[in-house]
Amino acid sequence: MTVEAVADTVPTRLVPGPGGGGPAPTRTVVAYGFWIFLLSDIIMFSGLFAAYAVLSGNTAGGPTGRELFNLHSVFIETACLLFSSYTCGLGALSGERQQRDRFYVFAAFTFALGAAFLFIEVSEFAGMVSKGAGPSRSAFLSAFFTLVGMHGAHVTSGLLWLVYLVAQVATKGLRPHVLRRLLCFSLFWHALDIVWVGVMTLVYLMGAR
Amino acid sequence: MKTAPRVLVVGAAGFVVSCRQAGVLDPQGPIASAERLLLINATEIMLVVVVPVILATLGFAWWYRSSNLRASRSPDWAYQGSIEFVVWSIPALVVILLGGVCWISAHQLDPRAPIPSDVKPLQVDVVSLDWKWLFIYPDQRIATLNQLVIPAGTPVDFHLTSATVMNSFFVPQLGSQIYTMAGMATHLNLLADNPGEYPGLSTNFSGDGFSDMRFTVTAIPAGDFDGWVAKVQGAGSALDDPGYAALTKASSAVPPTTYRSVDPKLFERIVDQTALDPDNARAGTAWCPTVARVGG
Amino acid sequence: MFGRLTWDAIPFNEPIPLLTSAVVGIIVLAVLGTITRKGWWPYLWKEWLTSVDHKRIGVMYVFLALVMLLRGFSDAIMMRSQQAIAVGGAEGYLPPDHYDQIFSAHGTIMIFFVAMPFVIGLMNFVVPLQLGVRDVAFPVLNSVSFWLTASGMLLVNLSLFIGNFARTGWMGYPPLSELAFSPDVGVDYYLWSLQISGIGTLLAGVNMVTTILKLRAPGMTYFRMPVFCWTALASNMLIIAAFPILTATFVMLLLDRYVGMHFFTNDGGGSAMMYVNLFWAWGHPEVYILILPAFGVFSEVIATFSGKALFGYRSMVLATLAICVLSFMVWLHHFFTMGAGADVNAFFGIMSMIIAVPTGVKIFNWLFTLFHGRVVFTTPVLFSIGFMVTFVIGGMTGVLLAVPPVDFVVHNSVFLVAHFHNVIIGGVLFGVIAGYNYWFPKAFGFTLDERFGKASFWCWLTGFYLAFMPLYVLGLMGMPRRLQHIADTSWRPLLLVAELGAVVIFCGILCQIAQLVVSIRTRERRRDLTGDPWNGRTLEWATSSPPPPYNFAVLPEVETIDAFWEMKRTGRTAVEPVYEAIEVPRNTPTGFITAFFAVMLGFAGIWHIWWMAIIGLLAAAITALVFGWSENREQEIPAAELARMERTRLALERSA
Repeated sequence: MTVEAVADTVPTRLVPGPGGGGPAPTRTVVAYGFWIFLLSDIIMFSGLFAAYAVLSGNTAGGPTGRELFNLHSVFIETACLLFSSYTCGLGALSGERQQRDRFYVFAAFTFALGAAFLFIEVSEFAGMVSKGAGPSRSAFLSAFFTLVGMHGAHVTSGLLWLVYLVAQVATKGLRPHVLRRLLCFSLFWHALDIVWVGVMTLVYLMGAR
Repeated sequence: MKTAPRVLVVGAAGFVVSCRQAGVLDPQGPIASAERLLLINATEIMLVVVVPVILATLGFAWWYRSSNLRASRSPDWAYQGSIEFVVWSIPALVVILLGGVCWISAHQLDPRAPIPSDVKPLQVDVVSLDWKWLFIYPDQRIATLNQLVIPAGTPVDFHLTSATVMNSFFVPQLGSQIYTMAGMATHLNLLADNPGEYPGLSTNFSGDGFSDMRFTVTAIPAGDFDGWVAKVQGAGSALDDPGYAALTKASSAVPPTTYRSVDPKLFERIVDQTALDPDNARAGTAWCPTVARVGG
Repeated sequence: MFGRLTWDAIPFNEPIPLLTSAVVGIIVLAVLGTITRKGWWPYLWKEWLTSVDHKRIGVMYVFLALVMLLRGFSDAIMMRSQQAIAVGGAEGYLPPDHYDQIFSAHGTIMIFFVAMPFVIGLMNFVVPLQLGVRDVAFPVLNSVSFWLTASGMLLVNLSLFIGNFARTGWMGYPPLSELAFSPDVGVDYYLWSLQISGIGTLLAGVNMVTTILKLRAPGMTYFRMPVFCWTALASNMLIIAAFPILTATFVMLLLDRYVGMHFFTNDGGGSAMMYVNLFWAWGHPEVYILILPAFGVFSEVIATFSGKALFGYRSMVLATLAICVLSFMVWLHHFFTMGAGADVNAFFGIMSMIIAVPTGVKIFNWLFTLFHGRVVFTTPVLFSIGFMVTFVIGGMTGVLLAVPPVDFVVHNSVFLVAHFHNVIIGGVLFGVIAGYNYWFPKAFGFTLDERFGKASFWCWLTGFYLAFMPLYVLGLMGMPRRLQHIADTSWRPLLLVAELGAVVIFCGILCQIAQLVVSIRTRERRRDLTGDPWNGRTLEWATSSPPPPYNFAVLPEVETIDAFWEMKRTGRTAVEPVYEAIEVPRNTPTGFITAFFAVMLGFAGIWHIWWMAIIGLLAAAITALVFGWSENREQEIPAAELARMERTRLALERSA
């Protein structure tokens, strides 16, 4: 639907009060809708956060956070993820400015940093499982693996999505609908950062005390 | 037209009140009496608003029907501030009143609150199993199954848990119900004013045998209670650990049984989940309040 | 190879499911056969199954809801019959393990696959028309949402033929729903079907909120939106905020069952109490998701058929938003008896009462809409009046239940069952039936038969009171819910009255079926040629019945509330606009194909057929990727073509 065309033809006398300008442009609609979806995703995470908060003391005689968490690697993976958000932002800006080559560079960095985050996280999980501290050991560990793992699953989907988008840029170019999807990806990637800050604080920093 | 609904409401109320066969409207203890009073009072307060609203709905719809030439019409009238003020105020005032009732009664009738009495409370531990109820008397060191005998006029201090899924212990004529949950203990206080037999049940669905999770509460004169305890201690089998393990196997419609002796700490062990397997790690419900006994 | 699926899964030794499966199988084959013989597949595929038009999708939602109403009601009448028969020593005809599945399926189906799709279908159909726009924000996503809901429906119904359903009640409380106490596929059917349809619902919520907030006709500011759109907005905001909680909760229960985690188990430190909290943190907003659109329907119906604007529009909007916010602060009233203590119980009790205030305000505003109006007693109006009387009784018992000590003696009894059916039937069901009757001519071009409509109302109203008033009394007498057999024979008379009520409701449903059949057969008599059969006030009545695929050739310019009423009053409807080319989205099979693989994933997940689950998941993902790669998703209608279609349509209207 040519919402842009309609928006151009609205007479100004019909615009008293908020929202009187007719249907919003497509880019606004898409970004808004995706942002609302992200908010719902954050609510899903909050359910998992609540479960973690309730169950964090239920170690069933098994290992506790203090025994398991290695804050060193947590700081490194946090740095990777946060820095990948920065490169993602730079990539989005390059895309908006139609600078394809710079976009590819920043996309590559974003992917590499995200992959590094995942590698560290998977290693942590594997280490814990090998020590007998897997998700079925206790309620605390179930909540830990699910919350952190769900975030990791989102990061994984994000990386796959990034590859797909780079392929679209390469074949279709930086056209408006591709740029809209890059905008959505950026929102997604930054939102994962926000969730990770919560995870890092509630799970690792508070759990390792 | 308007008398018919009124007759219906009164008739319905009469019908309800007349069903005093058993249950919530036939209280046999102070908790149940207070709860019934609350139910009736709250209903009456709300009927003051509800009945006129129902009558007005039927009345307005009928009077303003399109074929009624005598009715005045105001097709452009869609707002009047004074009406809005009243319309928000009526529900708000009712809710403020009932809110106060809610706060006060929730505290007065808190299941954990001991019932004021000169008589020392009787301790009973309740365990819901599949699909029967086990009652442990820790001070008397006896236990019963699907049958709860208590002295009339004596407050009973219940601690409750479940050896299986969630259930809910409920004796309608004595008052409040409370959930029973594995790994934790809930707390309830009830009192039966007079001797008699009062049906008890579980209200939280727990599986195929749920419909048979019924038990009888027999309140006997307080003076006879020690005699009853002595009788139980002199007959029947002991509830030892293998006996308890047998109870945890699924069965339903189990006839009432008594046990001459039982470990007074059995309830704590069931809550800790060490009753069947002493090496089992504690459930670890760190944030759940531990069982606190009155009088040690 | 096939996980735990064996031939034992088919209920050869259980007569009732076997017979039902056979009958349903025959009906399905007959329907599919008729469609094939008459050559309707191309039409169905092109016009309905691959449609991204909100009107078509809305109709499909409502159609599925009505079909599932038949299934949910069958469960209900089986339950009532069992309870009427199995009194004293009698065992009835449904053994416990079967009865337990029936009441679990009844609740699950009625909430998730009747009420939700009905309400979402009505909102889908009506909201873009009322907003004066051409479609929702994301039409293809709309199609995907519908088909995911249909997938969930299919899975739930498969449990009747292959395997069994959950025996836990519709809430699925652990530890009963954990592997230790429910080792078979029942709870897995419950979890997978609800998880899949839940994603569909969530996406529908995102779609609708974006539409209402970002896509409205020029000049339609927030306070010029119809009240139904406000209630749709509030309901969909609740969907977005609440459904993710259910998703997270079911993820946790699925992980407990599949991977041996300990979120809610009795051992390992799990907390069943946490499930109860999380479930109801979703569950309470859920009931407001259902009732708010029903309130919106009543607002539209009462205003239209009183010939008067809705009284106190701003007050209604404020009350709706207040209900939306407050619905998140009351969840603990579903488990006062869990022992949270007096302070916590009292707080939630008071909050639950506060939420009755905006609801009461709405009732009064409807009363004053009737006051000094010119009331026409059509079927939707009868349902509205019936709602106003019935719902206040249900609301009253709700406030009673909000007083914790009162709840202590009636929680989980049939008093509670009577209360929630009182508000759901009297509120949600009456609302969706009123909406169905009200908007049917807009969707199909002819009105429904009024005689059968009114007959169905009287049957539903009478049947409801006969079926549920005795349950209030029985609850006070101490009868709990979910009993497979009843020991106390003194309860029998009331149970028989309740059974009679169920039979009367069945007559109501028969009247509705008759209404539809008769209406279709005699539709030429009741053709709606003007597009405005009720002298409506809102923009959906400004289109033809049914509207053209693009709804509005030129988006209307809105200057007031009740935009269409104003347009009629000032004669703007007679002015021909200037036509320009428009773009409409093309149909796509993406939704249908995604659903196919979702069913594969769900079924495979339930039966532990891992290779099939992986294929289903990958294929669904690939479908999304393929769609994401596609171009040419829209087609243009040139101005001349548009002008021609519109002039034909208007000529037809004027000749009426």
